[in-house]
Amino acid sequence: MDFEAPLPTPTPTSAPFWAGLKDGVFRMQKCNDCGGWVFYPRNRCSHCLSDALSWHEVSGEGTLYTYTIARQPTSPHFAREVPQRLAVVELDEGVRVTTTLVDVADADIRIGMRVKPVYEPASDDITLLRYRPA
Amino acid sequence: MAGLRGEAGVVGFAEYKNERRYTGPRKFTIEQWADLAKLALDDAGLSARDINGIVCSDIRESGMFTPATIVEYLGQPVNFAERIDLGGATSVGMIWRAAAAIELGICDVVVCAAPARPIPSNPNSRPIDPRRYFGASSVEWGSPQAEFDIPYGNVAQNCGYAMIAQRYASQFGYDPSAMAKIVVHQRANAAANPNAAFFGQPVTVEDVLASKMIADPLHMLEIVMPVAGGSAVVVASREVARRCKHRPAWVTGFGEHLTIKTPTYARDLVHTPVGPASREAFAMAGVKPKDVDAVQLYDCYTITVLLTLEDAGFCGKGEGMHFVNDHDFTTAGDFPMNTHGGQLGAGQAGLAGGMSHPLEAVRQIMGRAGDLQLGQCDTVYVSGTGGVMSEQAALILRGD
Repeated sequence: MDFEAPLPTPTPTSAPFWAGLKDGVFRMQKCNDCGGWVFYPRNRCSHCLSDALSWHEVSGEGTLYTYTIARQPTSPHFAREVPQRLAVVELDEGVRVTTTLVDVADADIRIGMRVKPVYEPASDDITLLRYRPA
Repeated sequence: MAGLRGEAGVVGFAEYKNERRYTGPRKFTIEQWADLAKLALDDAGLSARDINGIVCSDIRESGMFTPATIVEYLGQPVNFAERIDLGGATSVGMIWRAAAAIELGICDVVVCAAPARPIPSNPNSRPIDPRRYFGASSVEWGSPQAEFDIPYGNVAQNCGYAMIAQRYASQFGYDPSAMAKIVVHQRANAAANPNAAFFGQPVTVEDVLASKMIADPLHMLEIVMPVAGGSAVVVASREVARRCKHRPAWVTGFGEHLTIKTPTYARDLVHTPVGPASREAFAMAGVKPKDVDAVQLYDCYTITVLLTLEDAGFCGKGEGMHFVNDHDFTTAGDFPMNTHGGQLGAGQAGLAGGMSHPLEAVRQIMGRAGDLQLGQCDTVYVSGTGGVMSEQAALILRGD
């Protein structure tokens, strides 16, 4: 049984986001009708269901909304990553992203601390979005 | 307001014993469904031919057309059939839908079953589907989880509930001993429940806090134990209930609320969907949290219990730890909660784990809880929780 951590397969809708990460840029959708930021990428706005969405470069920075340190792998695919520093970051645009924390000692992790993106290549095509203290 | 009139109630039930290692004869899900249906009908004093509605969840033997498959197997045509996909809230969702269908006059005897014993080993062994390792998290292409959550290891339930608890702690503070007390009192109830996985096995606060840390701040004993089991209830109209054997538990109020699948995307992680669901249920039933004789709260984790106590209105937001410290949740206590031991004490038998809460409420209202019977039990609040506080439902059950 192969327990490689599963990588995302971009979709026609999300491709600009993943292409951005590969280039070290966080691209996020914004609704042209209601002005709401949309994450994860969708074909319609998660505030008003408009399909008038456009891509914008953002800093990707935000604050740590919550985290946990998983002492047991969350699935066999992540056994090598234990302890997993799983986190949710609230971006300055108000949306939240699932991520993991890197370059931080467990004792220094604080909910509410400023964090910034780390663009970590995971394959030739996919770059994942990790976070570290700003 | 619109809603149920309390004209349908649970009149009978069946429950397999919860077992950590099931060694009895193995049957297919659909066979367990038939067994549980028959046992629950017998318990009510009804016959197979009385069935005219079923509510099910998935069965292992058929991915689609599940209700029709079950109806055919039972040999009983029905006017009402639903398949519910609400995880741990499935059973609560089954019961209110059955009651609603009965009040609409579509049917008058509805069986809701949740079989959860292992099925026979297939002699035509097939390779293990790698998707099984992701549990309820979907790795299908195009699934938001597959793309934005799973690649980071945000898989299954433990990490989500742990992150809810951590967020709660950052906003309101955290008392690990209070969280452990929830387990201790439920295990005390389970210790007197012969159907519980932890029958005769109470624990102390020290035991809970000394158990292995799984995902901070959740210790192993704050997380449910998966077991084999299964259960069913029969919901019937007031007219049918008159010829049944037991005191009916009328479904007088319900609410249901869904928000997210993955907690990352919840607008507010510490105000959970059980809040709106419970307000609806209480309003429909015309009762208040202080009016109930017992609560049976869905308890996959201690944090689920804490947030449900707050969001359902038994105490204020941020007051849960004090509430826990101030009350006794055992059957001898001032706030009887999860009197069967809950899933933390009795074990979680798949979707039947979420049936254990309404079933225990019914058992108490019927006066059939044996050593765990409360002195007076006429009104019970019940909750169900699916996913990671993503889909929740509440019931108010009452005896006449």
